Amino acid sequence: MTVWTDLEPLLAKVQKPARYIGCEDGVYTPDHHAGAASWLLAYPDTYEIGLPNQGLQILAEIINERPDGAAERTYAPWADLEALMRATELPLFSVDTHRAAGDFDILAFNLSAELTYTNLVNMVDLAGCPIRSVDRAACDLLIGAGGHCTYNPEPIADFLDFVVLGDGEEAVGDITAAVAAWKQDGKGDRLEILRTLAGIEGVYVPRLYDAVFADGMLVETVPNDPAAPPTIEKRTIADLGEWPYPKAQLVPLTEVVHDRLNVEVFRGCTRGCRFCQAGMITRPVRERPADQVRTMVSEGLKRTGYDEVALTSLSTADFSGIEQVVVDTVNDPDCGGQVSVSLPSLRVDAFTVGIAGEIQKARRTGLTFAPEAGTWRMRQVINKLIREEDLYAAVRSAYSQGWRRMKLYFLTGLPTETDEDTLGIATLARNCVAIGKEYHKNPSVTVSLGGFVPKPFTPFQWFGQNTREELSRKIYLLRDELRRDHAVKLKWHDPKATMAEGLVSRGDRRMAAVIEDVWRHGGTFQEWGEHFDLRLWQEALERAGLREEDFVYRHRTEDETLPWDHLSAGLHKDFLWQDWRDALAEVGLEDCRWTPCYDCGACTGYGIEHVVASAVPPAGGSQGTGQDLAVGGEVPVTLLPSRTGPPKAVPVGARS
Amino acid sequence: MRIRLRFTKTGKIRWTSHRDVARVWERVIRRVGLPVAYSQGFSPHPKLHFGLALSTGHESVAEFIDIDLDESSPRLPSAADLEALPLLISAALPIGLDVTGCATIAGNSTSLQQAVESCEWDVEIRGVEPAAAAGAVDRVLAADDLTITRQRKGKDVTDDVRPYVLALAVVGSTDGGTRVHAHLATQPRGLRVSELLALLDPTWDEGLVRRTAQWTLIDGARHEPLEGPVEATSTSHATARAS
Repeated sequence: MTVWTDLEPLLAKVQKPARYIGCEDGVYTPDHHAGAASWLLAYPDTYEIGLPNQGLQILAEIINERPDGAAERTYAPWADLEALMRATELPLFSVDTHRAAGDFDILAFNLSAELTYTNLVNMVDLAGCPIRSVDRAACDLLIGAGGHCTYNPEPIADFLDFVVLGDGEEAVGDITAAVAAWKQDGKGDRLEILRTLAGIEGVYVPRLYDAVFADGMLVETVPNDPAAPPTIEKRTIADLGEWPYPKAQLVPLTEVVHDRLNVEVFRGCTRGCRFCQAGMITRPVRERPADQVRTMVSEGLKRTGYDEVALTSLSTADFSGIEQVVVDTVNDPDCGGQVSVSLPSLRVDAFTVGIAGEIQKARRTGLTFAPEAGTWRMRQVINKLIREEDLYAAVRSAYSQGWRRMKLYFLTGLPTETDEDTLGIATLARNCVAIGKEYHKNPSVTVSLGGFVPKPFTPFQWFGQNTREELSRKIYLLRDELRRDHAVKLKWHDPKATMAEGLVSRGDRRMAAVIEDVWRHGGTFQEWGEHFDLRLWQEALERAGLREEDFVYRHRTEDETLPWDHLSAGLHKDFLWQDWRDALAEVGLEDCRWTPCYDCGACTGYGIEHVVASAVPPAGGSQGTGQDLAVGGEVPVTLLPSRTGPPKAVPVGARS
Repeated sequence: MRIRLRFTKTGKIRWTSHRDVARVWERVIRRVGLPVAYSQGFSPHPKLHFGLALSTGHESVAEFIDIDLDESSPRLPSAADLEALPLLISAALPIGLDVTGCATIAGNSTSLQQAVESCEWDVEIRGVEPAAAAGAVDRVLAADDLTITRQRKGKDVTDDVRPYVLALAVVGSTDGGTRVHAHLATQPRGLRVSELLALLDPTWDEGLVRRTAQWTLIDGARHEPLEGPVEATSTSHATARAS
């Protein structure tokens, strides 16, 4: 049943009512027949943040193509609408057909940021469903989750009925079939469907496992049911080319982040940056065939009317033949020469700037690079092997081609970090300004500093996160150092929020009480600076009898049971431990795409391989891993042929 | 070559903003392959000209947009193409936006925002009986002047808005409310529906509001923006505007 007639009178009273109307080009109107498993796919943040999420759209399309599936979408209502919904007893609803959440079979969340967990709980509650799995009856919604955060689902395990690890493309079909069959049989026993789901590869059903504690420490997480496998392996699709989704990307009516066509050019990354969870859990590298990329770009632009396309991946300059794809796109005659290409996640090198220069002929305002650490020593520890020469060559190339503002991303609170490393950030930034002065009167460099949060399934998963006080000290150290450098602007992430992110990133099942407590005290939208409230988290910890240091700051040992030990991202634990030891020894590791395998487990364990069109590393693109064709300024950039037609400004974010 | 389109905005999509609709138009024009002219310079933009903004939440069956086409394009529409254009564009527009008319106008026409002199509105007032509404309508119509204070560029400005109320009448009842027809002038500053409602009774609740017509004034006669002589710089029109 639609709730639209009850919702509409509320819309006059809230900010940005267009968030709640759906009506996008491509909006889903599936047939929720008795034989179909109905999914309500949720992103636990605002519509503007959630709508562009490609994962949600890919899964919705795959489900809706199935005769036994139906999928719609929902997002977190902002506090103003939530208050009105609670006052008028209006339940959570889909934005597609404004169907009440309770009329679906499954409410499944995409989790890309840990601080959205309280929103997840809030949305389950708004859906009219008991927030804890054990309290749910057969007829209640099945609450599921997928996405990068679910590699440690333990802090939210009590709220979830099932969790999908890895790529969802195939798993979502298996779950749809299982739930549709259960529904046709009259949804008898809830435990029965949970057992069925637990038998699907890549699906984890937390209720079928017990987390055993002794003396305040996790001992093991073991199945309590014969249907549950002792270890849950992630799902990996072998060939991205078989999954050209989303085929009809949604075009929103109102402004959202990343408001453009997005085409995923490859999945996975083997650069091996040790702080990067995405790079570890999405291996191996699977490139989309270049021809399919071109088709998806060209048809997508025609269908949507967008004049901007982002070629997305974890490091887009590594895509084999990226220059040709870019030049084909900007010169596509069907698009009238008005198309701009945006390349998020770029490397720090002159080759990258060359590509950026080709697509950003006019309005060269700013470029972003992510060296991540201030000294070569520190960058060896994190395996982000950018030499100073690489950065300076990239910056010189950018300034000489007309860019005026550089943005540099850094992490602080990294393992073995000393004040020398922190102050090294100031040195790098100053040197970049000095290079800029050779080309412009007033070059500016913005340094953006994030607090490092160790993540599961990375070599840094054992590392004790810096305390709030230590992170603040380092930030202020750098701020004081840069106080008189007016050309360098420093921005930083709130260390208090970094602590909370740490709590829920590597916490165990005891964290559910804390998350629920924060939610009960009004702590939603915690990833929004103006809504984050450290006091709520501290009080919740105290009430639960837990301490920040046990979950966040403490270094973990090799023999310690980690909350995610019963889950597998394919990576061998001894590979991660060895990489952690290598980090401490300041030893870098090469990108295995173009060198012999070092058996991290992601390919070998699943019998799959990298899908990479080029047998050699891209020009200048190996970032000091010994695979460089040239160093620093001598990168042999083959510039692309100039294009005709009026110039078009392009925002280029070169985030590595 | 400049074309003027009339379009509707009804249903769920009324909750989008004027800016949202502008961006929808930019995409739709690219989708249907209309050869729109682009501005020159650093950051070229398609030359689309919008009429008076419609408040978020209000419906309309009389919105207008002017589009400059690229004369040098081989895809420049013929007269027959223009006739088919409303259907073509409507099919590409989201549900609730529909093109209901199309005309070629002079490239140097006065902008819609200046040319439109008045708008007609269908206003629902929630929870008010027609008889009670009629009393307030009579009071407004009988007033010699109606001064309101409103913000203009951050400063309070006091205006007599009685001259803006060209017509006002109770036309029927709705489910639990009253329907009022209002014809409000838009130049030089105009009177908003919400301001009119506050004049009638500040405690009244605005229901569904729909713009039903926009009018230009040529030689003292009202014309729909799509029809009539649209040589905007003609002497007669200039005189009409000055009067």
